[in-house]
Amino acid sequence: MRALRAVGRRVGRRLVASAPALLGVVVFTFLLMRVLPGDPAVFFASGPNAGQEEIDELRRVLGLDRPIPVQLAHYLYDVGTGNLGRSLTTGQPVLRDLTERLPASLELTVTALILALGLALPLGILAALRPGSLLDHGVRLVCSLGVCVPTFVSGLLLIYVFYVVLGIAPDPTGRLDIFAASPPDITGFLLVDFLLVGDMEGWRAAAAQLVLPAATMALFTLAPLARMTRASMLAVLGSDFVRTAKSIGLGRGRVVLVYALRNALLPVITITGIVFSTMLGANVLVEKVFSWPGVGSYALDALLGSDYAPVQGFVLLMASAFVIVNLVIDTLYGIADPRVSIE
Amino acid sequence: MSATLRHAGWVLRGNPITAVAATGVLLLAVLAIFAPWIQPYDPIASNVRNALQPPSAANWAGTDQLGRDILSRLIAATRLDLAIAISAVSISFAAGAVIGSLCGYAGGRMDRVVGRLVDVLMAFPLFVLAMAMVAALGNRVENIIIATAFINLPFYIRFARAEVNVRRDAGWVEAARACGDSHLSVVLRFLLPNILPAMAVQISLNLGWAILNAAGLSFLGLGVTAPTPEWGIMVAEGARFITSGQWWLVAFPGFTLMLAVLCFNLLGDGLRDILDPRMRT
Repeated sequence: MRALRAVGRRVGRRLVASAPALLGVVVFTFLLMRVLPGDPAVFFASGPNAGQEEIDELRRVLGLDRPIPVQLAHYLYDVGTGNLGRSLTTGQPVLRDLTERLPASLELTVTALILALGLALPLGILAALRPGSLLDHGVRLVCSLGVCVPTFVSGLLLIYVFYVVLGIAPDPTGRLDIFAASPPDITGFLLVDFLLVGDMEGWRAAAAQLVLPAATMALFTLAPLARMTRASMLAVLGSDFVRTAKSIGLGRGRVVLVYALRNALLPVITITGIVFSTMLGANVLVEKVFSWPGVGSYALDALLGSDYAPVQGFVLLMASAFVIVNLVIDTLYGIADPRVSIE
Repeated sequence: MSATLRHAGWVLRGNPITAVAATGVLLLAVLAIFAPWIQPYDPIASNVRNALQPPSAANWAGTDQLGRDILSRLIAATRLDLAIAISAVSISFAAGAVIGSLCGYAGGRMDRVVGRLVDVLMAFPLFVLAMAMVAALGNRVENIIIATAFINLPFYIRFARAEVNVRRDAGWVEAARACGDSHLSVVLRFLLPNILPAMAVQISLNLGWAILNAAGLSFLGLGVTAPTPEWGIMVAEGARFITSGQWWLVAFPGFTLMLAVLCFNLLGDGLRDILDPRMRT
């Protein structure tokens, strides 16, 4: 109970501490977007021969004729009340667009992270148990290569191998085959929705679409995770308490997985948080390669079409996601190593 | 000079991987400098009759959708990609080292404000920030450099700050001050040179990252525009042909990109091991 309260206090303090950072992000994006070249009023006027009056009218409607500080105050008020503006290209409120597309991105990112962790932890542990072995060198090679291949290249090569040559992957566009029936929209996560209605065939189709993009992203994130697991396990395995545990005759599995791993987990958790936020950015590239209808491709289209509001909304969403991830990481710290909570 | 070279040769013999990486970096530099004389064909001359040809004796890496020789384009692109990465990293290195060491030396309120700003900057998914910056500043190569430099900056500030912070109360710093050196001169003439070797390692590691970032941006259609040969945009143009089986449009620029990044990363790792064996992982 006391430990729980300590974790709660940490999380609370973190939340308060991240408020100025979030505010800074909002102001910064606002300013950044206002320097954008290309007047959206001209862009969205009826055509090249639109009259000056029409443009002025549009500017007035969009609020672009007011001084920047006034625009900023309005923007902050809107963000505070959950109004992120309206996308000029889709004609819908940005908040609605983002909530519609967020599950696609989250499904992809979380699957990739699980995939990467599921591979990186065992590989890192095995490499640390036998440093200098063939496996250790293999892991090191995979890690060195993994960080060097840009996601957009590995994604395209995976498409070539598994779709074009082997023909075992489905058409690499979107979350679901265009001819397949989509499940009722319950959570927005296709895998969950298919499970809820018990449509196993649909689930398999959605999972098949997900495998390549998730693998692309996992490949990129595998390296830092496995590297950190190995280094941290190596340090812990050489410590006195592991020697003691071994000497009093505890089983090898227990020594490695309970005594060593739990102590080695802290740096791994830190790096997982960093990796997750990198993935949020890398999403844009992977979503473009696989025509994935997530928030990244939405923001990119808006950016290229000089549509301010969705980009601001997207960056705000990313920054909030980052704050939330940090909170989760902090909580996990306390659980993995209760000594952290005492400070 | 020859002693330094001999020493470098001795170090590299003991680290074969670093030696290979250093050779790779050297090769890239040669390609970048002498590109116009090495490339077998004109990288932007199109020849539609010869479009989408697989690798052959005449075109070692095949031709693209406009019949341009991919190998020539790859070689020509080396110059642009390296130029972008090197200028971006130099800018962030110079600015980051000065800002970071001033903060680490001064401490106090300015240090806290800058530290907070760096935190805010790092709260962004940095690639998204770079995207937004290029879009905001205009779709030009200079702006890719500025954006890449900007997202690298917080790391250098942090690094320089931490390195200076542990040295600011060292005996030789106090000695310099006691001799009447001004604060600025202590930072620039004594502290900065002291942290340079550690920062040099960061530069090599960062160059790989900068290349990936710049290529990612131009893959998305930001920065470099169409006929210019650049690795990222070559992959983007080739992406349309991957499902119809023309793999060489993507594979060659992709592998070049990968090899370049790999060389810089391995060189950085090697330098770090040589300078500071404790950091070896």
